[in-house]
Amino acid sequence: MRRELVIVGGGPAGMAAALAARAAGVRDVLLLERDSCLGGILNQCIHPGFGLHYFKQELTGPEYAGRFADLVRQDPGIEVSLNSFVSKLDGSLELSYLRPGALVDVKAGAVILATGCRERTREMITIPGMRPAGVFPAGLAQKMVNIEGWLPGTEAVIAGSGDIGLIMARRLTLEGVKVKAVVEIKPEPSGLARNVAQCLDDFGIPLYLRHRISFIHGADRVSKVTVSRVAENGSDEPGSSFDIACDTVLVSVGLIPENELLEMAGGAVDRRNNTPVSAGVNLTSVPGLFACGNAFKVYDLADSVTADSALAGRLAAEYLGASPSPEEPV
Amino acid sequence: MIYDAAVIGAGVTGAAVARELSARGAKVLLIEKEAEPAFGVSKSNSGIVHAGTQNPPASLKGRLCVEGNRLIREKLSDELALDFRQCGQLIVAFEDSEVPALERIKADGEALGVPGLRLVDRAWLDANEPNLNPAVKAALLAPTAGMISPYRFVHALVESALLHGAELKTGRRVTAIKRAGDAFELTAGGDTFRARYVVNAAGLYADEVSSLAGAPSFKISPRKGEEYLLDRKREHIANHIIFPLPSASSKGILMIKTSDGNPMIGPTAHETADKEDLSTTAAGLEEVLSGARRLVPSVSAGDIIAYFAGLRPACGKDFVIRREAAAPGFVNAAGIQSPGLTAAPAVAMMVAELLKSEGLELDNIDDGAVRRLSPAPRLQTSTPQEIRRLIEQDPAYGDIVCRCETVSAAEIRAAVKRGAATLDGVKFRTRAQAGRCHGGFCTARIMKIMQEELGLPAAALTKRGPGSEIVKGERL
Repeated sequence: MRRELVIVGGGPAGMAAALAARAAGVRDVLLLERDSCLGGILNQCIHPGFGLHYFKQELTGPEYAGRFADLVRQDPGIEVSLNSFVSKLDGSLELSYLRPGALVDVKAGAVILATGCRERTREMITIPGMRPAGVFPAGLAQKMVNIEGWLPGTEAVIAGSGDIGLIMARRLTLEGVKVKAVVEIKPEPSGLARNVAQCLDDFGIPLYLRHRISFIHGADRVSKVTVSRVAENGSDEPGSSFDIACDTVLVSVGLIPENELLEMAGGAVDRRNNTPVSAGVNLTSVPGLFACGNAFKVYDLADSVTADSALAGRLAAEYLGASPSPEEPV
Repeated sequence: MIYDAAVIGAGVTGAAVARELSARGAKVLLIEKEAEPAFGVSKSNSGIVHAGTQNPPASLKGRLCVEGNRLIREKLSDELALDFRQCGQLIVAFEDSEVPALERIKADGEALGVPGLRLVDRAWLDANEPNLNPAVKAALLAPTAGMISPYRFVHALVESALLHGAELKTGRRVTAIKRAGDAFELTAGGDTFRARYVVNAAGLYADEVSSLAGAPSFKISPRKGEEYLLDRKREHIANHIIFPLPSASSKGILMIKTSDGNPMIGPTAHETADKEDLSTTAAGLEEVLSGARRLVPSVSAGDIIAYFAGLRPACGKDFVIRREAAAPGFVNAAGIQSPGLTAAPAVAMMVAELLKSEGLELDNIDDGAVRRLSPAPRLQTSTPQEIRRLIEQDPAYGDIVCRCETVSAAEIRAAVKRGAATLDGVKFRTRAQAGRCHGGFCTARIMKIMQEELGLPAAALTKRGPGSEIVKGERL
């Protein structure tokens, strides 16, 4: 099957790119989303704070995503395929995707990767200790609480002060979980200042800067963590360690762009942060292959993702030689 | 009901024994204290099918390793549909002065019957192992070594035993063994089981189990090993399993291939007094990284996606496989540390002979009568044509749950139907949650599939058995 433009990922980046590509004259867009609905990670971000820049209005994540999803669904030139996972992409833009009931091969004129990020895990920062149940990437805990209605634990310590961790400190507190500490190895918080104020300070949750979890205890389920103060040279200060009893550890230590498809297509990836090696915003080293949103670089705000990702749609249109058609208003 | 034999411990040794005995006509009970088979020592095995080198020529483990290697390569890979990959191993020398040590290992290996050993020079290494440290001068190649998935090996052995009529009881720790007439009476998890013969394959706890039977004749000293798994993107960092020259206490820090593609580095080897100490340490990571970089300098800490520690159930230098005069009918298969995974099929045959000499009647095995297993299909290792056929049979093979390792909903369901009762059980069988995101994306979906299959609330699902519940409550 030949398609003009294939966009991988139906979160804010992929949706903005799809709409912009259509506005720039692309007639045929296939938008592949691996989850069962459009919106990506915004669907689990039920807190407000989205849309302040783009819509001049404060929205929740699902509300923000919903506005774009409505536009995408109304556009007859965009085919949305849900539960669709791209398993192969090569440098000539031939790709395969799996969805329930089918393995589909596509030859694309251009491809935009809007695959987002994954979370850096406990494993990547190598926290020593046992490997009990109760250690969650913060985003997984967010999905459990906000989408599934599951409570991950009763007493939590959060490793890292990334925005998801801060948001989850507040979210868990509101659900009745005792959040005993947020532990950050750096001298200042990683997340936005407004999140430190609204998610920690307002709830009296202690933030330990220049500290790290130096050991996770517990045979079957987390029983406590050891926290140590980190000296200038990066090692633990002798005598500074103390234990915090808890049954849950959330890990919020950063995001990694998901560029495995770009690598599969032979595109250059900077191994330090897993971003595309690029001559300009949204470009990759493979002709006709573009990347946008958190796959291109890690953004603080969804609004900025939307704004930048529209460029990917226009770049793809330009690459395809498309021009806006007067009889097809978008 | 009186079983012919009760096997205590469903690790690789117990599973292989249960299969050997049941395939030869015995009515077998396999008892495991953990929630699933392979959750003890076997879980942390690196999956190396050793060629048989680096063992003393007169040792039991040397002989059983060479024989186990042959059985896995020539027989079990086919009968049990195992994902065995014969990649070969290299033992490398950094100095010309170390070459005689390689020659000694070669001579010892040949005395044990290890086939195909040969010394290879730098030119051969340049052509066949390009990422190897340029400082390596020469190596001993053992072509019969390979890789296997330790969990899938154990599951295949257990499933085969069950096909031959064995019964598996999990979550039951044996707490008493006593003689009652012409049978043993085992108390385990509140139940009592009777069996005419007992095989002790209890791994780290084999000394305690032997004592329960009245034969406190040895002690298990756990020796911890930390291992670090690298991203599958680094699959081709090495073509062989690479060993340094062995030290007195261990085979050293290795560059290991795994049957799933992720290279692995490790293991450390440190005595510990605690049989539950599965912690990893900063010092262990340092030791493993520097040891691995000595072999392959391009290994980076950023490649690590997972790590774990395991305990070797060491008892002196050799395996302890014997009858106990103090407890007639009771056979120990203990102290099975490396190369226990490789040796397991041969250990099982030796145990069967010991039981026969104690009076257990066993048929001679007839290869034609062995029931073959069909493996659970996996997308990761299937061709597009095979994937289309699978999707035709069940559309859920196209429904991807684990994106890092490309595992479908159909595979998760099949794993649960074949006995996975925990999240770790699903992971070990399917690889879902074992990739670079470490379950961040797929854990919730897997839990929902398990809920449907097992009819359990989310709060009842565990990582690896009671006490390791994943979530503490749910809103209905």
